[in-house]
Amino acid sequence: MRPQFSVLSDDLIEQIITEGFELLMDPGVRVHNDEALELLADAGADVDFQSQIAYIPQDIVEQALETAPSEFYLYDLGGEPVVHYGGDSVQFDPGSAAITVLDSETEKQRAPVTADFVKFVKLVETLPQLDAQSTALICTDVPEEIGDLYRLYLALLYMRKPIVTGAFRKDTWWTMKDLLVAVAGSEEALAERPIAIFDVCPSPPLLWSDLTCQNMIDCARYGIPSELVSMPLAGATAPVTVAGAVVQHTAECMSGVTICQLSSEGAPIVWGGSPAAFDMREGTTPMGAVGTWMIDASYTEVGKALNLPTHAYLGMSDAKVVDAQCGLESAGGALLAALAGVNMVSGAGMMDFESCQSYEKLVIDAEIIGMAKRLIAGVEARDKPIALDLMRKLEHRADYLGELHTAKWFSKEQYIPSSVIDRGSLDAWEKKGRKTAWDRARDRVPELLASYEPSTISDDLRNELRAITLQAARTFGMEELPPLPED
Amino acid sequence: MSTDTLTEITRSLVECEPDRTAELTQEALENGEEPLAIINQGLVPGMEIVGEKFQTGEYFLPQMVIAANAMQQAMALLEPELHARQQVSESAGTVVIGTVKGDIHEIGKSLVATMMSANGFRVHDVGVDVAPAVFIDRVQETRADLLGLSALLTTTMTAQREVIQAVEEAGIRDQVKVMVGGAPVTQQWADTIGADGYAEDVVAAVQLAKRLLG
Repeated sequence: MRPQFSVLSDDLIEQIITEGFELLMDPGVRVHNDEALELLADAGADVDFQSQIAYIPQDIVEQALETAPSEFYLYDLGGEPVVHYGGDSVQFDPGSAAITVLDSETEKQRAPVTADFVKFVKLVETLPQLDAQSTALICTDVPEEIGDLYRLYLALLYMRKPIVTGAFRKDTWWTMKDLLVAVAGSEEALAERPIAIFDVCPSPPLLWSDLTCQNMIDCARYGIPSELVSMPLAGATAPVTVAGAVVQHTAECMSGVTICQLSSEGAPIVWGGSPAAFDMREGTTPMGAVGTWMIDASYTEVGKALNLPTHAYLGMSDAKVVDAQCGLESAGGALLAALAGVNMVSGAGMMDFESCQSYEKLVIDAEIIGMAKRLIAGVEARDKPIALDLMRKLEHRADYLGELHTAKWFSKEQYIPSSVIDRGSLDAWEKKGRKTAWDRARDRVPELLASYEPSTISDDLRNELRAITLQAARTFGMEELPPLPED
Repeated sequence: MSTDTLTEITRSLVECEPDRTAELTQEALENGEEPLAIINQGLVPGMEIVGEKFQTGEYFLPQMVIAANAMQQAMALLEPELHARQQVSESAGTVVIGTVKGDIHEIGKSLVATMMSANGFRVHDVGVDVAPAVFIDRVQETRADLLGLSALLTTTMTAQREVIQAVEEAGIRDQVKVMVGGAPVTQQWADTIGADGYAEDVVAAVQLAKRLLG
C-alpha cells in the first residue's frame, strides 16, 4: 500500500470544480491575446474583444478536459522516457528562474553568471534523486532579452535529463523551440519524444497575459508539453480560504487547458501551480507556509479528479541562509508533495521565496527527496512469512547484521543518505571538525562535480546550438557569447 | 586450476556468498591446496577488498559482517589442517573483548570482535556483563596482547576503570594493552582511567588495535 495524503472530501472537490466552471462564465477570464480570443470565439465562447474578456461555457471546457491527455512522458537526451506525467508518479526538479545564487564562500546572494548555471546543471546531473533539470538560474552576463533562451542553451550543452523551462518573451520562444528541435533532430521527433516542458503562468485573478498565452498556444501547436503555473495569493490576489484559492486556481487552469486544446487537440498540458498563503504581517508570498502546501495539495487533488497530470512548486524555503528554517520548510513541502502524488515537484535548491538558488541547499534537498521517495514506496512484506522463519532460525540471538536477509533487503528498506546527513557518533563528528549540514553540503558539491560525466552531444550539434543562440544574442546587441567555463 | 579456486574464494567473500566460501575452501583443501595459500591468496585478499569497499562507502555493515563470518567459517575448516602441518596463520595479535559488568549491550562489542577477527586478530569474545576477574583469567589463559572493554551506559562505564585496576593488581598491566569504547566513552575518559586507547567506531577500533600492537 502506498501512503497517500488527501485534504479534500469528494463533495468539496465537486463544489470547487462547479465554481470553477461558473467563474469562467461570470466574471469570465481576461485574455490579452488576440489569437486565443479568436480560438475561444470560434469554439462558441462569448468574447468581448474590446475588454478582452472571454465567457467560456462549461461544455467547451469539458470538451477540452476530455481531449487533454491524462499522461505523457518526457525523454532524456538518450531517447529514454524518464519522467512520467500522469497517475501518481512523483518526480522532482530544481526550482526554476532564480535571480540570484547563494555564494558558497560568503553565504550571500549575488548575480548569477554563465559559470554558475553550468555548475548547477552539472550538479543536477550527478544527483540521482532529481529526475529533471530546470532552467534554474537567470544569467546576468547576457542581455536580459535572451535570458530565457540562453539558460536553455547552456543546459542543453551539459544535461542528459529532461528539462523544465519557460520563455520570458513571445519571440524568444521560437529560438528556444529551434534549440530543442536541433537536439531532437526534427520537429516531429521533438513532438514524439519531448525533452522539455514549458511553464506557462496565468496572472491572478483570471488573466492570461499576451506572452504566456502565446507561449502556451505555440507549445500546443508543436506538440511541446506545457505546464500551467497558476499562482493565487490567498488573501491578496485570491480568496483567503484554502478552498477559495483553489477555486480560483481551478478556473484559471480550466481556461488554460481550454485555450491549449483549442490550439491543438490532444496537446499535452499539466495542471500545476505556485500558489501562496499571503503573509499577513510581511506582505510576502511564503513557499514554506503550511497554508501554501494545503493549497498545492488541494489543487493537485482537483487535477487528479479531472484526470490530468499535475505539478507544484514545493520543497522550497523562505529562509535567506541554509539554516534550520530552510531545512524544515523544504522537507515539509517535499514530503507533502510526494504523499499528494504530485507528478513534478519543482523547488529543490530554491530559497528566499523563489529568488535564490543554492548548490548546497540542492544537495541537502536531494536527501529530503530521497527520503520522500522512500516514504511513498511504502511498506512491503518482502518475504512470506515476513519474519517467522528468520526469527526462529536466530532464536534469541541478536545476529541480524550478519544475515543474508539483511544484506538482501537493507538498501531497499532503508534510504541511505550521503555524507550530507550526519549519523556518526558525537566523537566522530567532533573529529571531523564539528561540521554543520551547510559545511558538509559545501564539501559535497565539489565531490559531486568531480563525478559529472560530460555530455555526449556531438560537436556539430554544439556548434548548431551556439549558432542559434549567437544569432539571438546579436539581435539584442551582444556580438559574442560569454565563454563557457573550461573543463 | 588451484589459482582459479583461490580467485573464486576471494570473489565469493567479496560478493557475500558465505556458503560458497566454505564450499570452495573445502574443495581447495581436497585438491591439495596449502592452507596458508588459501588464507593468504584467497581469504585475505577478499577481506581487503571488502574493507576497501566499506571505506569508500560502497559496502555497508551487513556486507562486512557477512564476509567476516564467512572468513571465520573458512578458518575453522583450515585450523585443523594448519595444526596437522604444525603451521600457524599469521596473527595480528590476540584479543580478549567483552562488555563490562552490569551492561548487557552486545552489538557494538560483537561488531568490533568480528571485524578484528576478519583483520587477522585471534579474538576471544567473553560476552556481556563480564566481571573483572573473568577478563583477567581469560587474558592470562590466552596470553592476550590486547583487552577490549565495551560500555554503552554512563552508569556502567565506570566498570571499565575497575577492570583496568584489576589488570594492574594482577600484575599484568605491562603485558596487555587496554582499549575502551561505547557510546558514552570519550578520549578524555580513556585518558582519565589510564586506558591505552579509545576508538569511536568499528573501523577506528581495528585501526587502533593495529596501531597499539604495531
